[in-house]
Amino acid sequence: MTGNGIPLLEIRDLVVHHGQLRALDQVSFQVFAGEVYAIIGANGAGKSTLLRTISGLHTPTSGAILFQGKDVTQLRPERRATGGIVMVPEGRRLFPSLTLEENLQVGATYAGQGQWTIERVYELFPWMRDRKNQRTEQMSGGEQQSVAIGRALVANPRILLLDELSLGLAPVVLQRIYGMLPQILATGLTMVLVEQDVSQALRVASHIHCLLEGRTTLQGKPADVTAAQVEAAYFGLVKPLWHG
Amino acid sequence: MAWVNAIIQGVLTGGLYALFACGLSLMFGVMKVVNLAHGDLAVVGGYVALGVIAVTHVPVLLSFLIVVPAMALLGYLLQRTVIQAALNRSVLTTLLVTFGLSVVIENALLQWKHADSHSLGTGNAIITGSFQISSQIQIGYLPLLIFAVAVVVLLGLQYFLSLSKYGRLIRAVADDREAAQLSGVDYRHVFGIAAAIAFGTVALAGIAYGMYSQFAPTTGTDTILLFAFAAVVIGGLGSLWGTLLGGVVLGVAQQIGAQINNSDQLLAGYVVFLAVLVLRPQGLTTRRAQS
Repeated sequence: MTGNGIPLLEIRDLVVHHGQLRALDQVSFQVFAGEVYAIIGANGAGKSTLLRTISGLHTPTSGAILFQGKDVTQLRPERRATGGIVMVPEGRRLFPSLTLEENLQVGATYAGQGQWTIERVYELFPWMRDRKNQRTEQMSGGEQQSVAIGRALVANPRILLLDELSLGLAPVVLQRIYGMLPQILATGLTMVLVEQDVSQALRVASHIHCLLEGRTTLQGKPADVTAAQVEAAYFGLVKPLWHG
Repeated sequence: MAWVNAIIQGVLTGGLYALFACGLSLMFGVMKVVNLAHGDLAVVGGYVALGVIAVTHVPVLLSFLIVVPAMALLGYLLQRTVIQAALNRSVLTTLLVTFGLSVVIENALLQWKHADSHSLGTGNAIITGSFQISSQIQIGYLPLLIFAVAVVVLLGLQYFLSLSKYGRLIRAVADDREAAQLSGVDYRHVFGIAAAIAFGTVALAGIAYGMYSQFAPTTGTDTILLFAFAAVVIGGLGSLWGTLLGGVVLGVAQQIGAQINNSDQLLAGYVVFLAVLVLRPQGLTTRRAQS
């Protein structure tokens, strides 16, 4: 399925500045329907900036973002969300004064056509049903992350952007959440995820893209790249040390 | 008995103060805008009611049916244009812009309507009448009606915010604007709705004030805005029932002050306001202590 037809999401020569800092420099890639596209890289590599720019929270200095062949670079974030690009932001960003169910209801307010409903999210995470009237601020990190994913799913995105799911979560909890991804993918979603944990990314991704200080250092299928290449791209050891 | 009477009268005026204050509290809670033109908008509501009554001859008590939607629409439009433009710069800019709005409104009214005082006479003997509970306690129908309206408005607002779709969106946007955008919510539209509610309620309060007392172009800043601020601060920001409590505490403090010495009425209210600011700056109801 990958490689056929027009990409679902295409990033062309994206340059993003944070004030003086060039956070992203000429980043380009294509994501096809059904893929799990993982962006990896160290802290400050520009991964989150990339996702925030795709969702519309940052305006790029230059470059273009195409979704289903249409240029969405100038579109407001809420229009991108209703159009099918939905992000689970870093740090969950739930609405603390709303109950679990109200959080999901907000996500569903401007939902597109699709099979995800609040009921469907409760089937995926059965514990939510009993606690739907609780405020989310009393919940654990893993529970909050699940609610954040549920809030994004009920919007029925075509493409789901997941920013640092692992942040602040215990490994066991993270495994459980990553364990859910195949079920979510089976509903026809495409995912772009940002992950600091490389081994986790290599396990779930169909394609990886490594950033270093805002530049692309490696991209390819997990099967086609060696551990040494990933390590070099991740830490910036482009040339083997003994040559230098 | 005179003290009991003072407290009853204070509670009743407190309802009006809460009606003034709830829009101020809502706009601050949702978009972090301290609307310094809030009092002037109440006065505009009063003048618009005067105009509507003169043109259409609707009874004073029903004028709100036209004035409140008109002011709500004005609120939505002002929020989407002037106030939003200020918000895009910084929250501090909104303070300057609403202050400017206040000055413009006041001077426009002075220019156009002069400094004369006006009131909205109901011309209805029952409404302006009162009933006697004991030799010293007399309750006017009008203050009672206004108090009831305030409670109904606050109940309605509470119901709207907790159960309706837009109420939920207002709370979500107040919590986290960016996260709401990621769910497809255009926060500017939601801000507009919150402003419409604030303008509508303050217009209603302005009409009530006009039936109860007199207003002139400067009443907005020298009386109403201060009372609304005091009620919000005493009650605690972000809580509707806190606002009612704040209004009632302010009203009772004023009436008790007046009971001690007629000229101490306003002073007593502000002393309580100051005391709350010093001793309990989060207000009497503490819902916003977290975050």
